[in-house]
Amino acid sequence: MEERQRVLAGLIRAASNKAVDPEVDESLFDSGVLDSFALADLVSAIEKEFHISIPDSDLSPKKFESIARIERYLDSRQ
Amino acid sequence: MAFLKALGRYVPERVVTNAELAGRLECTVEWILGASGIAERRFAAEGESVVDMAVAAAQDCLLRASLDASAIGMLVVSSGSAEERFPGPAARVARQLGCGPIPAWDLPLASAGGLFGMSLANAMAPQYGNALVVAAEKMSTLAMHEPLDRNIAILFGDGAGACLVSARDGFAAITREVLHSDGSFAGDLHAGWDGLLHMNGRTVILQAGRKLPGGIAEVLAQAGLAAGEVEAFLVHQANQNLIDRVAQALGVPSTLFYSNIKRYGNTSSASMLIAAAEYFAETPMTAGPVVFAAFGAGFHWGALLLERAI
Repeated sequence: MEERQRVLAGLIRAASNKAVDPEVDESLFDSGVLDSFALADLVSAIEKEFHISIPDSDLSPKKFESIARIERYLDSRQ
Repeated sequence: MAFLKALGRYVPERVVTNAELAGRLECTVEWILGASGIAERRFAAEGESVVDMAVAAAQDCLLRASLDASAIGMLVVSSGSAEERFPGPAARVARQLGCGPIPAWDLPLASAGGLFGMSLANAMAPQYGNALVVAAEKMSTLAMHEPLDRNIAILFGDGAGACLVSARDGFAAITREVLHSDGSFAGDLHAGWDGLLHMNGRTVILQAGRKLPGGIAEVLAQAGLAAGEVEAFLVHQANQNLIDRVAQALGVPSTLFYSNIKRYGNTSSASMLIAAAEYFAETPMTAGPVVFAAFGAGFHWGALLLERAI
């Protein structure tokens, strides 16, 4: 697992308040790791960690469904 | 600018507890309470319609205003759960109240309908005089439609709220408003004619968690006010966890947000006016401003600022 993936896994653990170690392609929704409110917390944490502002138009849950999808979103913002 | 003169509300008698739902939905009482902050909700009686509940809330409001229905110049009725495609309930509500042939608008706007109705009344009251706004919802029909979705079924209840907006006098002036609509995520919260309510809860919470505090911050900025200067926030009762997050986003304690969601659940467009009616029944308007705010399907959202009338 790369460094950014490890950071994201840490953010996911903090947002979900669950001691999980998600796979990169694992759906955080299907596995029950993130409910609606934990997802909102994760998005806020991503903004802080990566110093970005995520516009409302990008707040589609699918963009944040897995570590891989979050990475794709972060890459698109660079 | 117009004035808030009185409020009213109606909730059906039938109490539906979490224990009653938990068995049907294969979940626990504790899970429902933790996920929503809701302990019980009210369901309309068999045959009790959106019009019936709207009339009851309107009559309560008129009683509190010491006003006869003949003094109403215009009526707005918000409902996202009306029984018919058309006409909406407004004309029937006006007739049952005994209003005469006044203009009666329907707002099929769901959760933001009460707020948008107040804004419409605020704008139109100078022309029509007393503007009665009613928001009535029979959400149980949608939420308890088979096949049951427990994430939806636990949330909703039935009820109606009302307020009277006057061009001439009232206890609070509606001094500022912010309204927004954005159809980008309309498919994530909608009810079609199949009788089912479709909700992507993740999208709704992500968007509401931003737009609701954003609308409130916007209306406060117009007036040069900080959130901490607000006496009370009377907002759409969607989910206690969401209300707590809105308070957190604004940097104020949740206690400033009046909440009755534990008793009534989410009554969609009715919820803000039911909450406001109960708040003002207990608490007189003080020198501090009060904020009304809502967010709902569409998405539609916004906030109104009310200040004590001098």
